Amino acid sequence: MTYIAKPKFHHPGLKKNELGYTHRDYEGKISTLCAGCGHDSITASIIEACYELSIEPHRVAKISGIGCSSKTPDYFLGNSHGFNSVHGRMPSVLTGANLANRDLIYLGVSGDGDSASIGFGQFAHSIRRAVNMTYIVENNGVYGLTKGQFSATADRGSKSKKGVTNTDNAIDLVAIALQLGATFVARSFSGDKAQLVPLIAAAIRHKGASFIDVISPCIAFNNHAGSTKSFDYVREHNDAVNRLDVLVGRDPISVDYAPGSVQVVEQHDGSKIALRKIDADYDPHDRLGAMTFLQKHAAKGQIVTGLLYVDPDAEDLHEHLDTVETPLNRLEADDLCPGSAVLDKINASLR
Amino acid sequence: MKPTDIAAPDYFHKVVDCQWACPAHTPVPEYIRLIAQGRYSDAYMINWKSNVFPGILGRTCDRPCEPACRRGRVEETPVAICRLKRVAADFKDDIKQRLPRPSPKNGKRIALVGGGPASLTVARDLAPLGYHCTVFDADPEAGGMMRSQIPKFRLPNSVIDEETGYILDLGVEFKGGHRIESMTALLADKYDAIFVGSGAPRGRELDIPGRKEAAANIHIGIDWLSSVSFGHTNKIGRRVIVLGGGNTAMDCCRTARRLGGEDVKVIVRSGFEEMKASPWEKEDAIHEDIPILNYMVPVAFKHVAGKLIGVTFQKVKAEYDAKGRRSLVPSGEPDQTIPCDDVLVAVGQENAFPWIERDCGIEFDKWNMPKVDPKTFVSTNPKVFFGGDAAFGPKNIIWAVAHGHDAALSIHRLLSGEDINERPLPEVHVTSQKMGIHEWSYDNDISPEKRFKVPHRDKVVALKDIRAEVELGYDVKLALGEAHRCLNCDVQTVFSTSLCIECDACVDICPMDCITFTENGEEVDLRQRLKAPSPHPDQALYVSGDLKTGRVMVKDEDVCLHCGLCAERCPTGAWDMQKYLIDMTHAGSSCPTKSRSAA
Repeated sequence: MTYIAKPKFHHPGLKKNELGYTHRDYEGKISTLCAGCGHDSITASIIEACYELSIEPHRVAKISGIGCSSKTPDYFLGNSHGFNSVHGRMPSVLTGANLANRDLIYLGVSGDGDSASIGFGQFAHSIRRAVNMTYIVENNGVYGLTKGQFSATADRGSKSKKGVTNTDNAIDLVAIALQLGATFVARSFSGDKAQLVPLIAAAIRHKGASFIDVISPCIAFNNHAGSTKSFDYVREHNDAVNRLDVLVGRDPISVDYAPGSVQVVEQHDGSKIALRKIDADYDPHDRLGAMTFLQKHAAKGQIVTGLLYVDPDAEDLHEHLDTVETPLNRLEADDLCPGSAVLDKINASLR
Repeated sequence: MKPTDIAAPDYFHKVVDCQWACPAHTPVPEYIRLIAQGRYSDAYMINWKSNVFPGILGRTCDRPCEPACRRGRVEETPVAICRLKRVAADFKDDIKQRLPRPSPKNGKRIALVGGGPASLTVARDLAPLGYHCTVFDADPEAGGMMRSQIPKFRLPNSVIDEETGYILDLGVEFKGGHRIESMTALLADKYDAIFVGSGAPRGRELDIPGRKEAAANIHIGIDWLSSVSFGHTNKIGRRVIVLGGGNTAMDCCRTARRLGGEDVKVIVRSGFEEMKASPWEKEDAIHEDIPILNYMVPVAFKHVAGKLIGVTFQKVKAEYDAKGRRSLVPSGEPDQTIPCDDVLVAVGQENAFPWIERDCGIEFDKWNMPKVDPKTFVSTNPKVFFGGDAAFGPKNIIWAVAHGHDAALSIHRLLSGEDINERPLPEVHVTSQKMGIHEWSYDNDISPEKRFKVPHRDKVVALKDIRAEVELGYDVKLALGEAHRCLNCDVQTVFSTSLCIECDACVDICPMDCITFTENGEEVDLRQRLKAPSPHPDQALYVSGDLKTGRVMVKDEDVCLHCGLCAERCPTGAWDMQKYLIDMTHAGSSCPTKSRSAA
C-alpha cells in the first residue's frame, strides 16, 4: 500500500468523455492492496470502461463481499453507490438491490474465495435467476489475505509458493456460469487490458446475468514457477478466441490488434459488439459448443479467454417476475395503496 | 527507438528543466529541498557554488528557470525559484567559515577588466587556486551594473557589499576608480591572462528631431540610473516619459516615481506582450501607477526655447507576413504629442570598446564586437578572454556568471599547460532515495498549493524612499509552502528492464498517465501511441529495452510529478527513485573518474 494520496493533478491533455469527465474522475481512493496486484489492473479496467461508456457515476451500484478483490470497489467510482457485504453474500445483496431499484447499473465484484467457496451457492443462484448485473470474479487461485492457501479455483497439480502441490480439483467458474444459464460469459486476464476493458464495457451494456472471470495474479503468494495463475504462465497459455470492440454511439471502444474476420453482435440496448475472431471456428452463440471448447482446451492446459458466450436477446429477473417498471423508492403512496376499489377487483378475480 | 542511455550525463539533466535552463546549471530542486528542511545555509552554499550571487540573483535574476519549471506545465504557475533563492540568502547563518580560504599565491597574475558579475565570478573561481587576481573598475566599489544600474529599492547595497565582499575577501585585489584606458598598455603589464568583463556600458541613443535642442531634459536610461545610484541625481520633473520596453525602462520609470515623478508613463513601440521586460517587472511598474502605452513610435522631441515640452508619437500597428515576421506599420491615426518635463531613453544597450586598440592583436567582427569563442571565451589573443555582456552583448547577470565559470576554467587550463578546448566532463551522482517500502528520503507528497505571493512594502511608504526595498521576501512559513510546490524533478524515475514483470501497476497508479507499455517504434510513431497526448516533443521519451512480451516501457518525461508512486506500486523494484546530482566542471574541479556512477 501507499501512504500518500494520489495527486489530484492530471495530464493537461486528457480526453474527456460525453459527460465532460476524464478517466481520473472515475477513480476511487488509493489502493491498499499489495504493489503489483492484478486486482488493481482490473480496477483500472473498470474505470476505463465506465469512462468510455460515459456512465454517470451515481447510476452505478458496486457491491462486494469479503477478500482482497472485495476491497477493490473502494478504489474505483468514488462517487457511486457501494455496499461491502458479508463474505460470499454479494449476490444476495445485489439481487435485493436490483429488485428494489432496477434503474441502476449493478457491478458485483468478488473473488475466487468469495464466489467459489463460501459464496458458491449464492453465485450459482444469482446466475440462474438471471439478475441483470455484471459479475466480476478477480480470480487469483489463492487466499491472499490469509497468506496464500489454495482456493477452490486453484488448478490441480499447481504448486503453492512453499512448494506444496494442490491435490483438489479446481472449480471453473466460467463452466459453471455457462451451465447455469448466464447470458454473457467471458474470461480475461488482468495483464491484458486491451481485451478486458471492452469485455467489461460489453458486459455492463448486456441485459441479464453477465459473468467475467478475470485471472489476476497474486504478486505476493501466487506468481511463482509452478503456479498456473502467474503472469508468465497465463501469458504462455492464454488462448484468446476473440477480441472485441464495443460500439456505443460515437467512437468504438477499440483496442490495438491485428484485423481478422469481424462478427457484429447487437445487444438489447442497441449497442453493438464487434467481435474480431481469432479462432475462426469459435461461435459465441453456441452455449453447448462453448462448454465443450472450454473443457477440451482446459484438458490441454490452455486458458481460453475472450467473449465465450453471449445471448443478445436475453431476459432478466424482472421480466421473469413481471415486476413493476418503476424503482420502489419512486413509487408513491397511491401506487403502493391503490385503494379499496382495486382491492375489490383483485379479490373478485380470485373468487 | 533505442533504449535510453540514462548514463549520459545530459539525459537526466534535461529532466531537471530548471537546472537545465539555468545558464549556471544551479541544482534548483536540491536547494529548495534544503530550504524546506530549514537548512538555509546549506541551500545558500549550493547556490553560492553555482551562481556566486544568491542574494543578488534572488532579487534580480531574469529567471530562465521559471518558464522551464515543470510545475508550469502541470498547473498555471511555476515554482517561485528565484524568490526561494533569496530565502536562502535571507535566513542563512554566518557562512564565512564555509568559504574557501585565500590560498598561497601560485605566482600567476590575472587582470580582470570591470568589477561586475562576470569578472567577479572569474576571480571567485581562480583566487582560491592561488592566482593573483586584480579587478579594475571605473567605479569606486565592486559590483558593476549590479550596483550602478539596479535601483536600490530592488537590490539594497548591503546585499551587494556582502556578496562582492565574499569574493574580494578571497585575496582578490580590487582597484576601484581605475578605468582601463588602453588594452595595449594592459597587455604590456605582462599579466598571465586578461579577462574582459566590462559589460555593455553604453545606452543606445534615440536620434530624432529635437534631441540636441532639448538635451537638458533627455537622459540616457542606464547613465541616469547610475547617476541616481551614486547619489548624483536626486530629482526629476513631475511628468516623465520613459521610452523603451525592457527591464531598464522598468527600473527607470519606478526610480522616476520615487524622485518626484508623479505622472510617469512608459511608452513602447511594440505591443505590450512583446515587450522585453520580464512580466513581473511590468507588473511591479503598473502596480506603482505607471501606465504602459504601446504601439507608439517616438518621432520628435518637442521643445520651446531649449526646454523640452513633450514627445510626438506616430501610432503604429503590427502586421505579420506569410512567415509570421512582424513589422510595425503606421496605423493611419494622427500623431499624438504627449507633454512631459523629462524623458528617459531606455531603448537598448550597446557594447563599447574604445579602449581596445584595434591593432593590439584582438580581432573584431563586422558588428564591432570582439571575436570570442562561445565555448572557451578566448579572443583571438590566446591570453585574453571575454565574458558577460562584453562577450556577446547585453544579457543578464546569470549569463555573466555562467560565462565567468567557463572563462575561469579556460584560464586555469591555459595556465596549467592544458588544452582549453578540452572540457572535463561534469561529475554525476545518481543515488537511490529508497528508505523503506514506501518511504523516500525526499517528500513525495505533491502539494496542490498555488504560487505564493511575495509580500511587498506598502506602496505609499515604498514610493517615498528610494532605498526602501519594495519586496520584503518570503517569511519562513510562506517559503516552506512555496518550497513544497517543487516537484523534485532531480529525483529521477529509473527503470530496470530485467526486473519488470509487466503487471501494469505503474501504468495504473501514475497520476499523469506518463507510462505506456507498447510495441517499440520510431519516436514520431511512439508519441502517437502513448496513453496521454505528447504535446512537447522537446521533452524526452524514456524507453526501456525489450521486455518479456516483446513490448517496451515508454515514459514521457513531460509532466511527471516525480511523486514516486510508480516505484511504490512496483512489486519488483523495477522502478526506483534516484536523486541525480550534477557537479558542473569549474576551474579546479577534481578530474572526474572515468566510471560514471549512474543507475
